[in-house]
Amino acid sequence: MKNSTVSFLLNNDVVTLDNLDPNLTVLQYLREIQFKTGSKEGCASGDCGACTVVVADLERNNPNRLHYKSINACITFVGNLHAKQLITVEHLKEGAKLHHAQQTIVDNHGSQCGFCTPGFVMSSFALHKHNKAPTRAQVLEALAGNLCRCTGYRSIIEAAITSSEHIEEDASALHYQKTVAELTTLKKLSSPILSGNGHKYVAPKNINELAYELVSEPKSTLVAGGTDLALSVTQNLATINQLVYVGNVEELTTIEETATEIIIGSATSYSQFIETLHHYYPDLGEMIERIGSKQIRNTGTLGGNIGNASPIGDMPPALIALGASITLHLNGVERTILVEDYFVDYKQTVLQASEFIKSVQIPKPSNGQTLKIYKISKRIDDDISAVLAAFFIEINNEPQEALKVANIRMAFGGMAGIPKRAKATENIIIGKVLTKEVVEQAKTALISDFQPMSDVRASDKYRMTVAQNLIEKCYLELKFAQESNVIETRVVNYA
Amino acid sequence: MRSLIDIKKLNVKAANTNSQQSLENEKNTIGLGGVGRSKKHESADKQVAGEAIYVDDRSPLRGELYAAVGQSEHAHANIVAMDLSKVKTAEGVLAVITVEDVPGHTDIGPVFPGDPVLALGKVEYIGQPIFAVAASSYELARKAVKLAKIEYEELEAVLTIKDALAKQNFVRPPFTMKRGDSEKAIEGAEHQLSGSIVVGGQEHMYLEGQVSTAEPTEDGGMNIFTSSQHPSEVQKLVAEVLDIPLNKVLVDMRRMGGGFGGKETQAAPWACIAALLANITKRPVKFKLSRVDDMVMTGKRHPFENNYTVGFDSDGVIKGIKIEVNSNCGYSPDLSDAITDRAMFHSDNAYYLDQATVTGNRCKLNTVSHTAFRGFGGPQGMMTIEMVMDDIARHIGKDPLEIRMLNLYGKEDRNVTHYHQKVEHNNLAELIETLAESSDYQARRQTITEFNKSNAILKKGIALTPVKFGISFTVQHLNQAGALVHIYTDGTIHLNHGGTEMGQGLNTKIAQVVAEVFQVDVDTVAISSARTDKVPNTSPTAASSGTDLNGKAAQAAAKTIKQRLIDFACEKYQVRADQVKFENSHIIVGDQTFSFAEFSQIAYMGRVSLSSTGFYKTPKIHFDRAKGKGRPFFYFATGAAVSEVIIDTLTGEYKTLRTDILQDVGHSINPAIDIGQIEGAFIQGMGWLTTEELIWNEKGRLLSNNPATYKIPAINDAPADFRVALVTDAPNREHTIYNSKAVGEPPFMLGMSVWSALKDAISSISDYKQSPVLDTPATPERVLWAVESMKAASK
Repeated sequence: MKNSTVSFLLNNDVVTLDNLDPNLTVLQYLREIQFKTGSKEGCASGDCGACTVVVADLERNNPNRLHYKSINACITFVGNLHAKQLITVEHLKEGAKLHHAQQTIVDNHGSQCGFCTPGFVMSSFALHKHNKAPTRAQVLEALAGNLCRCTGYRSIIEAAITSSEHIEEDASALHYQKTVAELTTLKKLSSPILSGNGHKYVAPKNINELAYELVSEPKSTLVAGGTDLALSVTQNLATINQLVYVGNVEELTTIEETATEIIIGSATSYSQFIETLHHYYPDLGEMIERIGSKQIRNTGTLGGNIGNASPIGDMPPALIALGASITLHLNGVERTILVEDYFVDYKQTVLQASEFIKSVQIPKPSNGQTLKIYKISKRIDDDISAVLAAFFIEINNEPQEALKVANIRMAFGGMAGIPKRAKATENIIIGKVLTKEVVEQAKTALISDFQPMSDVRASDKYRMTVAQNLIEKCYLELKFAQESNVIETRVVNYA
Repeated sequence: MRSLIDIKKLNVKAANTNSQQSLENEKNTIGLGGVGRSKKHESADKQVAGEAIYVDDRSPLRGELYAAVGQSEHAHANIVAMDLSKVKTAEGVLAVITVEDVPGHTDIGPVFPGDPVLALGKVEYIGQPIFAVAASSYELARKAVKLAKIEYEELEAVLTIKDALAKQNFVRPPFTMKRGDSEKAIEGAEHQLSGSIVVGGQEHMYLEGQVSTAEPTEDGGMNIFTSSQHPSEVQKLVAEVLDIPLNKVLVDMRRMGGGFGGKETQAAPWACIAALLANITKRPVKFKLSRVDDMVMTGKRHPFENNYTVGFDSDGVIKGIKIEVNSNCGYSPDLSDAITDRAMFHSDNAYYLDQATVTGNRCKLNTVSHTAFRGFGGPQGMMTIEMVMDDIARHIGKDPLEIRMLNLYGKEDRNVTHYHQKVEHNNLAELIETLAESSDYQARRQTITEFNKSNAILKKGIALTPVKFGISFTVQHLNQAGALVHIYTDGTIHLNHGGTEMGQGLNTKIAQVVAEVFQVDVDTVAISSARTDKVPNTSPTAASSGTDLNGKAAQAAAKTIKQRLIDFACEKYQVRADQVKFENSHIIVGDQTFSFAEFSQIAYMGRVSLSSTGFYKTPKIHFDRAKGKGRPFFYFATGAAVSEVIIDTLTGEYKTLRTDILQDVGHSINPAIDIGQIEGAFIQGMGWLTTEELIWNEKGRLLSNNPATYKIPAINDAPADFRVALVTDAPNREHTIYNSKAVGEPPFMLGMSVWSALKDAISSISDYKQSPVLDTPATPERVLWAVESMKAASK
């Protein structure tokens, strides 16, 4: 296998990385090697957005078009830039003229200390690249990963909501075709490699290359978005010897649908699959919109959320409730298991050495099936759940058997060392007509399913009480719906 | 609604979402100097372009090294032995120092001793710096400090306020303010109530963490580039640890990426350590704290535990009250004496307490030393009395707003505080009345009550809370400022003043003041870094005083030069002083008109000094702490907010739906900047009382030590409907700079309206008969517990 170097466009210039430690983040690269200090380090953990930069990539289904997305430079490894365009805040101004995304912040008095400002500019820039007249809701969704401690946000919202429809094309638009051509050329290079300081980064382009890398170097660390992995470097000061990037692997970045299933490649980002899942399961779509931030959803992947086996990942409980399966690949041999069976114990899974997650299969809903998801956290946006509850309910359609539960799968995150089903509780409910009494029995049964712990996010008692109350809430929502009673039941729906 | 005083409505300038237009219109009515105009922030263009330089963005100096510190693993322990051999031989390490290597003072306590620059034989909190390294990179320095082997002898740690009170473990002695006989008044009142509240602390979470660079100079001194609200104190402490005179240390502070009080005293230790390492290595050293280190090693807003006993009549008017505030100061005094004093000064908030006793205990705990944070103890003090208002209202079955109105300070009587300062120029009754009407409080109250009857899961709440905040440093000598103004021969102006720019727009406002004096375009006034060699012996930029103090000093400097120009014009052109006018960037002398630039050149040729300092000290203020009597505050800043919230009674989740604010900023120097301060302060105050939760474990380790576990408000937390207005035609009746009023801290406490609205929503479960206890931060978890207690109480 012949490798090329990691090459990308830094704004308009082709850059080739050589003899550089692949543990380096994009932010470190920009600030310490390129001396571009416009992008700020506020946390080095992807929580504040001060480092936000924009990455342009060829659209998967239309390689003549560019897709612009905001990412956190502080938790993106520099190798991930290969064959992409990195756009930084310094690049937007043309001569003395500020870009629309910049001028609107000035006009609305949206910068005070200014430290978060470049990040907001870049998030707004990315938003307007695909949506020149965003709604308030779209602005909030795009900017929720940028923290500001000074303004109280009103002025920044006003700035970002200002239409860019009648603004002349910016420099990136004028260079559009050239950029497409350059990225197309870079894409055609063979799989890139980056070495430095005795550490290595490889980015295989297909599943065979990936399998080969993992068999020859079983101690390799897989990286997709890196939104969790990079924290081990920036926060725990770890050094990773060999990084294997899965984001370029053709077979891992697809979304397919069959008559009964949605099949999502493990290296597909939230932003890529949210629409499909929202279509079939609105609650799931809304929950995904609250996972991390726009920047995190643009890079974080489904495989990553399952693979790191966190007890507080939000996708696994949803997938378990849906009865989704997962396909694992080891040196050409594949096996498919239920997501539920993937998790063994705290941070332990059935994944073997050199094996990787290829895809996740999610069943499409059939008549009478409803997915209810509740994400409970201290802050509504960009916060890890204290409790995540996912209930997949099959209810008889017969009017005389209203609210009779034919089947239910209830899975929780944050309630145990792994994402887990509440089987005792399910057994109470299955086959019964939902009533207040059944709900009370289910609440009691939940105590035998879980013994949650206390931590910085919530106490054990709160976790249990809320989990129990969510069963009640689910019941009330089903009841209201059945009675055609339009009553708002969730505060998150108040924008 | 009933009030004890006459109420007239105030004029307001709507400045909400749709008000950009009204801000734009100002341009036509305001003179060229620009005071009163919504001038954009002086750095805005640079900030949006990524061109504004913060300390960490400065080009690396030749040979620059990077610092890190080894931290204590125990909350309270003697250091028995320290093996730093592996640290010394670690990759990239050039120097390792302990307190033994400090040539001068080892204690850098800002007011009282108690803060060793590096641990002196014992440690008093987890994270306390014990030794420091300088290495060739930021990463290598941070890795190296992990290699130390330190042996400790653990000592008993005090980790709760209750424990500290039981042990009388205080950083400073308790203090009481007293007016009349509260005991007797409470006993004699028709009703009595008592209660207690836990008020959480707050992490500053300035987006730019602590950072300083120290560069050795040719004569044994040090140049310091720092992100600090108090350059003069950094200068003094660096000089003291190095044992060199102050005139060998220069501190340069261009801008901070946020401060909020967190860089008042907390910036100095890192500058001192960088200077010590620079002194030993003879190379420049940068010390930038990682976010986690910053959160672990720097002080926060003081957590408090307060209690009260109140007596009131059947209308709900307070007759007497006893309040105790207990602050968690952490391990050292730092600024805690003044902070706890301010909590006591603000235990009345806007209300006449009549016979009152307020006691403040300054508890010593084995945590990081808590420090200044926007409001400086005032917010924690106000929480008790706002709780009292809600508790009285529920007790006698009235709307809390009615109780608040009834208890406001009077104009002619009922107007003396518990520290014996008369409350003058009090406009709160009018302000509240105006806001209640513009926010449609009464009608919305009705709608909410109906909503709550029809929705079993979600409940809404509404509350209006006022703020009266005392303006001035309560330490008298800090109420002074200096400035330096130059005019160059092309007519451009250069300005330095003693304040620091942390995003609040201070530089912009001071430039407007100078431009106003000369009637020139504000864009011709340039401001460079706050530097200790330009303006010496400065006070911290704190206590909302930046514009009041430095604006007056800069005005004085500009007026001095202006007078020289007038005198020169009179002499040269043989005119009377009243024939010399400064207008529209021109100087009119009799019947001749010169551009400001031309006349500057003429004055230079005429050998007129075009440079001047200016100085200001706040008049009227005094406080006799021994007697607990005086006038600590030059004036009071006032405002009020109405917030509406919705809560989920099954999960405790909530959302702020709408907030209306009316703030009195006097004659605003820059309405857009003032509105930005109000909006930002409100959201920060709301965050303090809702999602921002500091959690230490049973060993004293901070668990909420990064932004993944400590949640400041994000964009969706801002109320969807957010309306801020300024009171217009209300110049400060004290002679402040252009009769403006301070705005930095006062609106922070408007966040209390959200907390009170949450309680209102919870109280609806008891049909408003019970007043829930809602400690803060009111996380969804605490809201749920309050809901459950309300359900239990109404069974």
